[in-house]
Parts: sequence; C-alpha cells; structure tokens
Amino acid sequence: MLRVEGLRKKFGQGSNNEKLALAEINLSLQEGEFVTIIGGNGAGKSTLLNCISGVYEIDEGKITLDTVDITFDPEYKRSKYIGRVFQDPLRGTAYDMTIEENLAIALAKGKPLGLMPGVTKKETTLFKERLELLDLGLENRIKQKVGLLSGGQRQALTLLMATIVKPKLLLLDEHTAALDPTIARKVLHLTRKIVAEEKLCTLMITHNMKASLEFGTRTIMMHEGKIMMDLQGQERSNMTVDRLIEQFEKRSGAELDNDRMLLS
Amino acid sequence: MTFMVLQGSLELGIIYAIMALGVFISFRTLNMPDLSVDGSFVLGAAFSAVMSSSGHPFLALGIAFLAGCGAGSITALLHTKLKIQPLLAGILTMLALYSLNLKVMGGRANIPLMNKTTVFSILEKTALGDNSKLIFPLAVLLLMLLLLYLFLKTRLGFVLRATGDNDHMVRALGVNTDSVILIGLALSNGLVALSGALIAQSQSFVDVGMGIGMVVIGLASVIIGEVVFGVKTLLRRLIAVILGSVLYRLIIAFALEIGMPPTDLKLVSAVIVAIAMAMPIIKKRLSAVKRRFMVRRHERSK
Repeated sequence: MLRVEGLRKKFGQGSNNEKLALAEINLSLQEGEFVTIIGGNGAGKSTLLNCISGVYEIDEGKITLDTVDITFDPEYKRSKYIGRVFQDPLRGTAYDMTIEENLAIALAKGKPLGLMPGVTKKETTLFKERLELLDLGLENRIKQKVGLLSGGQRQALTLLMATIVKPKLLLLDEHTAALDPTIARKVLHLTRKIVAEEKLCTLMITHNMKASLEFGTRTIMMHEGKIMMDLQGQERSNMTVDRLIEQFEKRSGAELDNDRMLLS
Repeated sequence: MTFMVLQGSLELGIIYAIMALGVFISFRTLNMPDLSVDGSFVLGAAFSAVMSSSGHPFLALGIAFLAGCGAGSITALLHTKLKIQPLLAGILTMLALYSLNLKVMGGRANIPLMNKTTVFSILEKTALGDNSKLIFPLAVLLLMLLLLYLFLKTRLGFVLRATGDNDHMVRALGVNTDSVILIGLALSNGLVALSGALIAQSQSFVDVGMGIGMVVIGLASVIIGEVVFGVKTLLRRLIAVILGSVLYRLIIAFALEIGMPPTDLKLVSAVIVAIAMAMPIIKKRLSAVKRRFMVRRHERSK
C-alpha cells in the first residue's frame, strides 16, 4: 500500500546547523496495517510523517502510495488520499466555523469545489450518525463553533474528519500528546475502532511505549533518522515496555532521552 | 446635524459599505491584511469615469468589478506564488496601480463627470427621482450582501472561511489554498472597485488620490460594526459591516460639524482604527489596574 524507499531528508543544508533528519528510510506497509512509531526526541518521527504527507520536500528517495508515485506531488494533492491528525488540537479544525461546517469541508475532500450548498440536510444526518459513534455528545452541538470544544473533543472530531472520506493512508502525529490521560485513552480507543472498521493503513506516532505495543499491529522504533527496530507478529506480542527500552539502549548505544516517553 | 448631512452620510455609508464588505473578506475571512484596496478603489473609479464619459455608465460598474478582481489576483499571486508577505504584496499592487490608474484616466490626475451620463443622471429621470442616489446604491449593496452571504454558505465559501481560520487544515483536506486565496482576494478587490465606481458616478468626480487610506476606512467600518453590532452569526457579521460603514460616516460628519477641518479627517480615521484595534488590550489593562486597586484597598482596610 505505502512504500517508502531510500528516503533522505536534511535540514539546513550547507549551514552550521545542518542536520540529517532522515537517513535512508525504507518502509513498506500492507493494506490495513496499523503501525505505531516510537523514538526519542529528534529521531525523525514527525519528519517522516511530514515527508510522506508532502509538508517537506525530500532530498532523495521515492514514495509510492497504492502503486502511484507521489514523491513530487504537492501537499494538497496527496491529502486527497491521506488523512492526518496533528498533535496540536488547534491545527485540525477551523475554530470559527461550526462542527457541521468543518465536517462538510472534510466530506468534500476530492470532490470539485463549487457553488453547491456547503452542507445539505442529508449530510447533516450523516454527520449526526458519525458523531454519535464518538460518544461525546457532539451530535447535539452540530451548529456550535468548534472553538467551543475541548482539546479532546477537537481531536476526536479531527479524527472523524480525516477518515470520513476513506483515506488510503492515515497519519497520526502524536495526536493524543496534548490531551489529559483519560481523554487521550479515549481518543486512542476511538482511533483503534475507526482504523479497524475502515481497515485503514495507518502510521501513528506515540510517546507512550505501552500504547505503542497495545495498539496497532506493528511497532517501529526510530533513532537518529533510522529505523532501529521493526516489531511484528509473535516477537511483538511477547514484547514488554521494559524489554523494549532495554533493546533500544542496546541497539542504539544511547539512553532513551525522551522524558515524556519514559514517564508515561 | 441637519437632515441634509444625515442623508449625505447615509448615501456615502451605503456605497462605502460595499468596499467594507470587500475589506471584510480579506481581513476577516481570509485573515490577510490586503492593502491593494487603496489602489483597486481608484481603479474602479477610473474605469467608471472613463466609461461613463463614453456613455456606458452601467457597463462601467461591471467592468470596474472585473478590473478590481484582476488587481486582487495580482496581490494573491505575489503572495502565494512568489512568497511575498501579504502586507508587502498589497503595497506593491497598490503602488503599481497608482501608475496604472493614471493610464486608465488618460494621464489626467482627475476627471470631472459634470454633465456626463451617469447611472444617477439616468435614474433621476425615472420614478426614483432625487432618491436615486440613495436607492440605487442600496439595491446594489443589498444584492452584494445577499450574493456574498449565499457564496459564503457554498462549499467553496466554506473552504474560503476555513482558509482564513486554519490553512493547515484546508491543505490537509486536499484543497489548494493558493487558489482559494486567489478567489478570495479577487472577490474582495472586485467589491472595492465596484464601490469606487459608484462613488465616482455619485460624486461626479474622480481623483487619482481618492483611494488614500481607503483600507483604513474599510477596516474602521468592519471593527466599528463588530464592536457595536456583534459577531454572533455570519449574516449578522455582514450586516454589522454595513452598519459600521454608515456609523463611520456619521462620526466623520459629526467631526466636520464641530468644525474640524476636512484635511484632518485621515488623522481621525487612523485614530479611530488604532483605538478600536487596541480595545481588547486597553480593557485588559484597565481590569488589571482595577484589580490591583481593589486588592490594595482591601489590605489597607485590614
């Protein structure tokens, strides 16, 4: 489904701060695979997602999605096939527009933009049905502005928006990191439910090691722009958080530097 | 204030409200400070004057609108394709338009339209009579208000509003924000130019410098409208812009009435906008001072 070959990305080329953010990433995802990504600060997790989604242009390599080469497509074109949820709850929604209006824009993904009504009665019914599944009571607040929602509600809404038109790939960049633990948990379960129901090919960055093993079907650990560990199947189901940390330190020769990651 | 003054303010307020709606699109909907307004207003007026002189006053309004759209597109392209900051992109267009406007006006710095056919000289002969200067612009304004409101409720309109709110989200949902900004600024400047075209025919006079500070007047109208009439719903916001424009004219008329020289008006406009924009900060400071005062008094009374 997704194939990343020989991906390299440097920041600040030629300056003193030159940094190799991604060194030779090779990754391929099968249909319906749910991959969790963990790694320390500056490991290149977010950069990888941003390269796949087209926020950054890559220096070398090739990205194919569903046999189509998207390496040189601009961000907005790739977005037609890629759903995204960001870490910052403010980035996924338009705060000054209503829940219904936000969903309508999401539902129009890939359709021509024109002077047709922004939202129809039929669509409103669909939105209410989908919002009910979130179990946050948002279906009764469909005409309210998104600015009134809490961070967790917004992330749940963004998740719905990212998947309401079935994407070929779902990218989640620490989408629960800014939420309090209970809500984060809820959004994670919601993620699992949606991904399973729609059989979505998913890449999820998380700082929570426990969650990285608990959710998804495969776990990747990154360090200094490389994939250090790729856990699947039996090996993954036997893995524990302690052993994961141990393995990481052995293989990378470094201590895990992500405080948030260890604490959670 | 005499009835004459009130009526004059109302007439001007209505025509300038069309310009203010344009400014609303760029400043509020797209969240982009677009200064090309100063130039596109005169561009509309210039086309209007030239075409009225040659006997096509109604067609002139349509052409002016399209010319404004063109001007707005240039600003949008400078910003989106060449990555020039919005503020500077607007200034560049504004400057370029100054020369262009003089060209449209045939190298003259001003064109009087006395004894020329304008939409108003035609309409005066109909049943509207002397009221034509009030009723025709009002009809145009209401039509624009309706069209704009309906437009902002379409799928494209949704995306336009969302782009101003959060362009990341719009790109993440597969829309090219560059084209959205282009459409938005074209529409915005089209309305501004239409307003300029109406002013030209209403006042029977065009001057190449008549657009100076226009963006500030537009902004003043938008902000006064928001402060006085609220921002609850989209329709209310749009109507607030119109009422803000009329209110602004009344403030100016009042300033003239109490003997302020007309040359000071731009200063007054700038001060109004500065105060209106600083309102949230001023309120915050005042409440902080008040709280400190209350705490001290409380401590002293112990």
